[in-house]
Amino acid sequence: MDLNFLEFEQPVAELEAKIEELRHVGKDNAINIEEEIDHLKTKSQALTQQIFAALTPWQISQLSRHPLRPYFLDYVHHLCDDFQELHGDRAFADDQAIVGGLARLDGRAVMVIGHQKGRDTKEKILRNFGMPRPEGYRKALRLMQLAERFSLPILTFIDTPGAYPGVGAEERGQSEAIARNLQVMSTLRVPIIATVTGEGGSGGALAIGVGDRLIMLQFSTYSVISPEGCASILWKSADKAQLAAEAMAITSDKLKELDLVDAIVPEPLGGAHRDVPTMAAALKGVLLEQLIELESLETEQLLARRYERIRAYGRFKD
Amino acid sequence: MSWFEKLIPSRIKTDASNKRAVPEGLWAKCPSCSAVLYRAELERNLDVCPRCGYHHRIGARRRIDIFLDEEVREEIGAELESTDPLKFKDLKKYKERLVQAQKQTNETEALVVMRGKLKQMACIAAAFEFKFMGGSMGSVVGERFVRGVETAIEDNAALVCFAASGGARMQESLFSLFQMAKTSAALGRLRERGLPFISVMTDPTMGGVSASLAMLGDIHLAEPDALIGFAGPRVIEQTVREKLPDGFQRSEFLLEHGAIDQICDRRQMRDRIATLIAMLQQRPIPNPD
Repeated sequence: MDLNFLEFEQPVAELEAKIEELRHVGKDNAINIEEEIDHLKTKSQALTQQIFAALTPWQISQLSRHPLRPYFLDYVHHLCDDFQELHGDRAFADDQAIVGGLARLDGRAVMVIGHQKGRDTKEKILRNFGMPRPEGYRKALRLMQLAERFSLPILTFIDTPGAYPGVGAEERGQSEAIARNLQVMSTLRVPIIATVTGEGGSGGALAIGVGDRLIMLQFSTYSVISPEGCASILWKSADKAQLAAEAMAITSDKLKELDLVDAIVPEPLGGAHRDVPTMAAALKGVLLEQLIELESLETEQLLARRYERIRAYGRFKD
Repeated sequence: MSWFEKLIPSRIKTDASNKRAVPEGLWAKCPSCSAVLYRAELERNLDVCPRCGYHHRIGARRRIDIFLDEEVREEIGAELESTDPLKFKDLKKYKERLVQAQKQTNETEALVVMRGKLKQMACIAAAFEFKFMGGSMGSVVGERFVRGVETAIEDNAALVCFAASGGARMQESLFSLFQMAKTSAALGRLRERGLPFISVMTDPTMGGVSASLAMLGDIHLAEPDALIGFAGPRVIEQTVREKLPDGFQRSEFLLEHGAIDQICDRRQMRDRIATLIAMLQQRPIPNPD
């Protein structure tokens, strides 16, 4: 099994392996196999299209956590120039699970902040699998307040399984750190756009996700608890994650239908990781569009609309 | 379930929720010191064990009842009802769970908000009903809380919230998660107006409720030995794969780590909060009860 492909993509993986094989054969022999390769390539594309046209929420959840999925720093690299990382919460530590700093987006200065996962084992540990501790949220808060002082818009990028459930994190006030961010972000006097690029895991995601706009990449997810977590509590078995993923409405299309998301950025065929530059360019287009809209508002108007937006969350009978 | 029960399931089925409920009889047993207590005496003592000081969990209505002045009370947002925006169904339908919780608790939702007076000072009190789906925060809980905040702003009143919650309401998924942002933003407005918010954390205050409204108080109080934290102890234990320190995530632990201002016995709560609010709002010393 090819680990770069998810289980439901295995038919495509097999075709791709065959193409690779033929290429090798082609090198050794004089026979013209170009035609066969082209044929297989078309077939592989069609198969991918077919698979991706009918993904289940559970499959999308797996895609959002794909080991090759682009992470925050990959996007920063493609979206921005002059990224200057700024470290530390000035009180305890520099949490590597959240990265932030100044950068230029299409020439203008912005503050970018995002969860950062690791690619290999060593980096995964360094980044704590993208699960921040309180100092990560406090660093993010410091950077957001810095942006406010200098009137810079804030772009955040969400991709985390959740806030880290650890002894130290609890000792240092994980709850307070998240709560503080939620409150302060609702009143920062600069535009804030949050984008879910991968996994939007609960409070740990929301803690950098309150703002004027919420964007989701097509195959990202956003939920109050992971499908596995939900399944083990409500179905008493983590194996029912598939059912939980369906029940919780975690995908971008469902959340757009529910009016909780402002824009969805379509992903390249096969997902963001199959063509990162194209993905980043599409995201950049949407970010700039939204930013221009927000920057046309007076600060008081911006804040009033943000509050109304947050105030309106929820469905109930009155 | 223990491995033994898994292997040989008991043929006698007992409902876990019934097992925990306090017996209806004349006598009650303290789960902490095992003392057999005269029920009426326990109630007179605000459900605090007179022998060992153990704080029994109490419901939202009773909480507000023993806190606010008796006259002029008016409930806020009582008419709000949960809908089921996701048509959520796990082993049971969300709608059914709601009906069951309503029957069990006699409440319509997991938060009760009341406008009233605390020793003659205008005060809005909110209390979570833990027996209603674990005090979880869905759309109605969030909306009631925010209406409470808005009423406090209208009345120039102080806000007091008694939290008792396992966290988010999974059956409302993202709507539930976003109640964290909603309640926190509303408290931001209260703060701008210079009105006090006293957050009282009772057993248990966890997850999304702890990581939003409960931790945004001007003053944080906790009842003794309440479980307070973000992640549940079991989740943490599974993640770090070691035994958690004694008293981890208990009120005393939070006090030691600087997360709360005071631990306050339920029997002193009303006096204590009145004293604090009176000072914050520069009012005369309230009369002791």
